[in-house]
Amino acid sequence: MTNFTPISAAIGGALIGLAALLLMLSTGRIAGVSGIFGGLINPATPDRGWRAAFVVGLIAAPLTGSLFGYVLTEPQMPANWAVIVAAGLLVGFGSRLGGGCTSGHGICGVARISPRSLAATAIFVAAAMAVVTIMRHALGG
Amino acid sequence: MLAIAGLICGFVFGWGLLVSGMMRPEKVLGFLDIFGAWDASLLVLMATSLVVSGIGFALVKERRPLFAPKCLWPDKTAIDAPLVAGAALFGIGWGLCGLCPGPALENLATLSPRLIVFVAAMALGMTVHDVWQRRRSAARQRRDQVLMAGSDG
Repeated sequence: MTNFTPISAAIGGALIGLAALLLMLSTGRIAGVSGIFGGLINPATPDRGWRAAFVVGLIAAPLTGSLFGYVLTEPQMPANWAVIVAAGLLVGFGSRLGGGCTSGHGICGVARISPRSLAATAIFVAAAMAVVTIMRHALGG
Repeated sequence: MLAIAGLICGFVFGWGLLVSGMMRPEKVLGFLDIFGAWDASLLVLMATSLVVSGIGFALVKERRPLFAPKCLWPDKTAIDAPLVAGAALFGIGWGLCGLCPGPALENLATLSPRLIVFVAAMALGMTVHDVWQRRRSAARQRRDQVLMAGSDG
C-alpha cells in the first residue's frame, strides 16, 4: 500500500515532460523508452549511440540521487520467478508490437493527442488494472 | 552531440521517475489497484508531464532539432490490430510486476537479481518480436515476387 503523494508526483511528471521535450528539441526523437531500448539491442539499428547514452543517463539518475537523500532500495518484485519472466516477455513483446509503452504512447503520444496513443494508453491501463484486480482481489494476492 | 543530448534527457527522465517514486513497482501497482487503497499519484504525474510536453511539443512542432536534420514525429494514424494486441499484452505484463521499460531499466542501478531477470526477459521479448517481424516481411516479399512472376507469365 502506498500513500497519495501529489507534490512529488507533479514535480516528477514535470521533469519527465521536460525530458521528452528536450529530446525532441535536440535529437528530434520521441522519448519512448521501449523504442529507445528496443533499437539499442537490435544490431541492425544505425543510431545506437544516443540510445545507449539515454539508458546510461536513466541508470545514473538514482545513483546520484543518494547525494540528495534518495535511498536506493531493491524494487519489490513477485516471489515467483515464472511471473517475473512472463511479465518481462509480455512487456518487451507487447511494447514493440503496439509501437510504444507508457512513455512513448502514454506521455509523448497523448501529449500530441494522437488517436493511436490514446487508444493504446486506454487499453494498457485497463489491461494492467484488470490484472492487478484479479491478482489482488479475486485470487487474494 | 546526439549522445550528450541523449545522456542528459535520460538523466532528467530518470530523476522524474525517482522524485515521483514511480521507480518503485509498488507505487505503480497502487495506482493500478483501483479496488484497493487506490494511489492516484501516477495520474498527477501523467497530468503534469502532459502539460509540459503537450505545450512544449506544440511550440516546437515546426522547428528543426538542434542536432538532427528534422523531427521524427510518428506518422501512423490507424488504430490497427497490432496496436490493440500489443497494448493489451504490454498492459498484462505491466500489471503483473508494476514495471514498464523506463523504471525497469532505471532499477538496473540497484543490481537486484530479480530485476535483472525481468530486464533480460523484456529484451528477449523485444528481440523475439523484431525477428518475427523480419521473417514475416521477408515471407511477404517472397510471396509478392512469386505473384509478380506469375502475372508476368
